[in-house]
Amino acid sequence: MWAIDIFPFFQWVEATSLSNVIRESTWAFAVIESVHLLALAVIGGSVLVVDLRLLGMGLTRHTAHEIWRDAYRFFVGSLIVMLATGVLLFFSEPTKCYYSTPFWVKMSSLALALLFTFTVRRQVLKNDHVSPATGMIVALLSLTFWFGVGAGGRWIGFSG
Amino acid sequence: MSLSGFVQWLADTPWSVQLHESLFGYPLLESVHVLTLCIFVGMSVLLDLRLLNITLRRVPVSELFERLAPWLFGGFAIMMVTGVLLFFAIPIRSYHSIWFRGKLILLVLAGLNAWTFHGTIWKHVREWDTAPISPARARFAGAASLILWAGIIVFGRMIAYNWFDCDLHQSAFIVWAAGCPAGPQ
Repeated sequence: MWAIDIFPFFQWVEATSLSNVIRESTWAFAVIESVHLLALAVIGGSVLVVDLRLLGMGLTRHTAHEIWRDAYRFFVGSLIVMLATGVLLFFSEPTKCYYSTPFWVKMSSLALALLFTFTVRRQVLKNDHVSPATGMIVALLSLTFWFGVGAGGRWIGFSG
Repeated sequence: MSLSGFVQWLADTPWSVQLHESLFGYPLLESVHVLTLCIFVGMSVLLDLRLLNITLRRVPVSELFERLAPWLFGGFAIMMVTGVLLFFAIPIRSYHSIWFRGKLILLVLAGLNAWTFHGTIWKHVREWDTAPISPARARFAGAASLILWAGIIVFGRMIAYNWFDCDLHQSAFIVWAAGCPAGPQ
């Protein structure tokens, strides 16, 4: 699958003391997972309210730019919590993740979502006015990438 | 029929068994239930933060509620339907789960909070729609909603764990709170 064998990295992560602490604790995984879920609600709301506006729905009396600017710090804040808790969840079971297709779907979607959000989507939303066609394409791509992240994430728990 | 009798009857229905044993049905329901968090709780969080004057301050409170209402109610409906079906798939264990019971209590409290808000301060929303600082009761409702829904998410997630299940040895308090059936534990 890979030109460079990355599996030793996953084995190394599994051997770290952090990985052991989370894996052997009764509560750690559950608590980290809960925080991950709480941030999901916030990141979901802050992405949706902007993407819906780009699709011409929701807060249509305000520009997408205005809503994006207001929602931005909640997006970034919840993203940081998501990434931090996500890394900890990964640390607790890295070799399981390595063999999990949903995990790779999630990571690929996440890479696309982040790249798109901080380049194209950001540039478009920096403008006061966004044309309906551009808005629709940007919103649909954004929603698709984030849906891949969410659905892939949920499905990691069902496999294995 | 008692409540536990009803739950037992639910568990014995063929649909409950099929849902419980399905390869994709249950995981799909669970996924929809969790991802709808983004729509329903995500929008609620924005409304609550608006009530607390933290975000979208240039948008009048009434406008935010009215424009997001279809998403809020639509998301809530999906949450309820998938939630009821998830219970239907695993009725007995859920009925005896302290997390599930706690979640129901928090849901009732969240409902009461929304109901009180709409019956009182919301009726005069035109008076404080664009006020730099919302009335104390509106801020209270927003804060209470944030805390209650956070609790509902955490309790819901914890249902997955068997720490307090009746088939493990539990303290007298848990046996009481979970309504564990009498007999050898």
